Amino acid sequence: MKRGTVLGSLAGTVKRTRTGKASRVEQEHTRSVWKKALFLIALVVFLIFAAAIVITLGQVPITVTDVYCTLADKLIPGIFSVSDEMTHVIWQIRMPLILGAVIAGFSLGACGCVMQAVLKNPLASPFTLGISAGAQFGVSIGAVLGITILGGPYFLVGNAFLCALLCSGAIIALSSLKGASSETLILAGVAITYLFSATNSLLSYIATDEQRDVMTMWGMGSLADLNWLSISFLLIMAAICIPLLYSRAWDLNLMTVGDDSAKSMGVDANVVRIFIMVVSSLLVAAIVAFVGVIGFIGLVAPHIGRMILGSDHRYLIPAAGGLGAALLLVANAISMNLLGSVVIPTSIIMSIIGVPFFLYLILRGRRKEYWS
Amino acid sequence: MIIKLAINHLWFSYNSHEVLRDFCLDIGDGKIVSIVGPNGSGKSTLIKCIDRLLVPSSGEILVDRNDIIRMSRMELAQNIAYVPQNSLRVFPNTVFDVVLMGRRPYLGWRGGTRDEQVVWEILQLLGLEDLAMSSFTELSGGQQQKVLIARALAQETGVILLDEPTSNLDIWHQIDVMDLLKTLVKKRDLTAIVAIHDLNMAARYSDTIVMMKRGKIVATGIPEDVMTAENLETVYSIRASVKIADDIPFIIPISRISPKPEIGYGISAGSRSGGNPGTGQQSASGKAGRNVSGFSR
Repeated sequence: MKRGTVLGSLAGTVKRTRTGKASRVEQEHTRSVWKKALFLIALVVFLIFAAAIVITLGQVPITVTDVYCTLADKLIPGIFSVSDEMTHVIWQIRMPLILGAVIAGFSLGACGCVMQAVLKNPLASPFTLGISAGAQFGVSIGAVLGITILGGPYFLVGNAFLCALLCSGAIIALSSLKGASSETLILAGVAITYLFSATNSLLSYIATDEQRDVMTMWGMGSLADLNWLSISFLLIMAAICIPLLYSRAWDLNLMTVGDDSAKSMGVDANVVRIFIMVVSSLLVAAIVAFVGVIGFIGLVAPHIGRMILGSDHRYLIPAAGGLGAALLLVANAISMNLLGSVVIPTSIIMSIIGVPFFLYLILRGRRKEYWS
Repeated sequence: MIIKLAINHLWFSYNSHEVLRDFCLDIGDGKIVSIVGPNGSGKSTLIKCIDRLLVPSSGEILVDRNDIIRMSRMELAQNIAYVPQNSLRVFPNTVFDVVLMGRRPYLGWRGGTRDEQVVWEILQLLGLEDLAMSSFTELSGGQQQKVLIARALAQETGVILLDEPTSNLDIWHQIDVMDLLKTLVKKRDLTAIVAIHDLNMAARYSDTIVMMKRGKIVATGIPEDVMTAENLETVYSIRASVKIADDIPFIIPISRISPKPEIGYGISAGSRSGGNPGTGQQSASGKAGRNVSGFSR
């Protein structure tokens, strides 16, 4: 017989019958679950609306009607007459930008969220494991020393991707020697990041002006270089990695209360930590390789999500992802349209609009840290 | 007596420092067993070894005659629950979510309604239902301790380990938590193993007391037999007067025996206690004998 069983053995002591009406607190709980689900639905609706508006904005003046006619024409060819130029602008420039913003924003937000959970640190972000410094290092050796791993037009992307993986792989390997606790991971991450930053500075010091321009431009993350090929690569990566991360949602909930507690409830904390680190490094490295370093989303989207939904990762991972996508979509639209013909790198706008918004959220004097 | 948990020849060391030395103990079913001893005597280490949070260098631990080393983490979590001394609180959680975590060993990919039902019943049993939607961080220390006990109950295990459940609580909450534990052990067929500093609390609530010093058992048995002036002198180096009130020993500390023993002294003191008369115990320190605890009171 199983000991300590709750149901049945307690039947006499529990006043409320299981079929009886739910108590006030239970109703409150049910409502809070509905609120979370509603928030996620609202987020999806917002993303669709935002994308529908953003696609009508751009430097080439195209009327709203024409934009949608072009889109409809792509789905069912021949019903509207559209010019090739319009099709090109909408389909080859604006659509990749919007999809890229959504995929990159979602991935960065979701990865930041799981990273904060496994490192048990609210300051963690997808770049804690040195991915940005590693990717920048890859670009630097490509631009300055001419060392490339992939040939062709994607040599910088290839360098960035592989060096980012190398960097975070080194951090994970080093810290798993010491049992992969969150403290060693963070410290190893910070140390290795410094090492790669130093090498970057050294390379930048010996670089010519032209080479330095390449490095600087890459360092300012921007979505402008995305095309359908890179979008499909990112989409495949996200479609593989995000479900893997989400499958660990329960374990992540437990890991936020400490390794010993997590283990006592059946979660092998170290194994889960390494798994999450490897999967999210892979995804973030891919994104960084194509769009450069867009910081801040990965830090801020999970926190906004937590303020709204609480710390249940079954809801928090999609919420952080959705919020990241929304933030990046809006920031990107502003960066493309704010100064007319001049495109400001997205990462700059992201921080300029994101920081005051985030500061407002944490400083508005709510004593309770979140509502749910 | 049904033996719920058996610890056989357990050795554990941090680097080269031996914390548990050939530790043997049998624990009967449906008991509250308190483990007492000075700081560094290996109480918490023992608790953590039983839940495999620390891996002993040798020895075996059997729960219901199954070796815990051969269990997966999930299986172990279905057999043994652990209430930590304090819980890490980086990110806020509601009380309901904290207790639901205890259902992890039974959960598939998504939570079922039965799991939520179990959580509600446990919250109700512990009188925490009204706090279900409050944030865990906003509760008082006593309430937090009860929520952590609720989380352990949600694991539906036969054994529950508690590490210093009453430290940092005021006297009302100490009694509240220990009363709760006593009720649960009786009603739910649990075996509770409690590492505790407060000797009077231990004497008042335990069926069995295990007194440890430097990784070895000095005395074990019912509180009246273990809580003696001689044992307190050997283990804690204090002079104390022990009164018996309502069959429960009550300890009034008088003075420490100075100077405080140095490293090395304690080992000889430990082995000396093996021959300590007066206790009338199956005190087995210094010998590799078995300590059978779990006498009914």
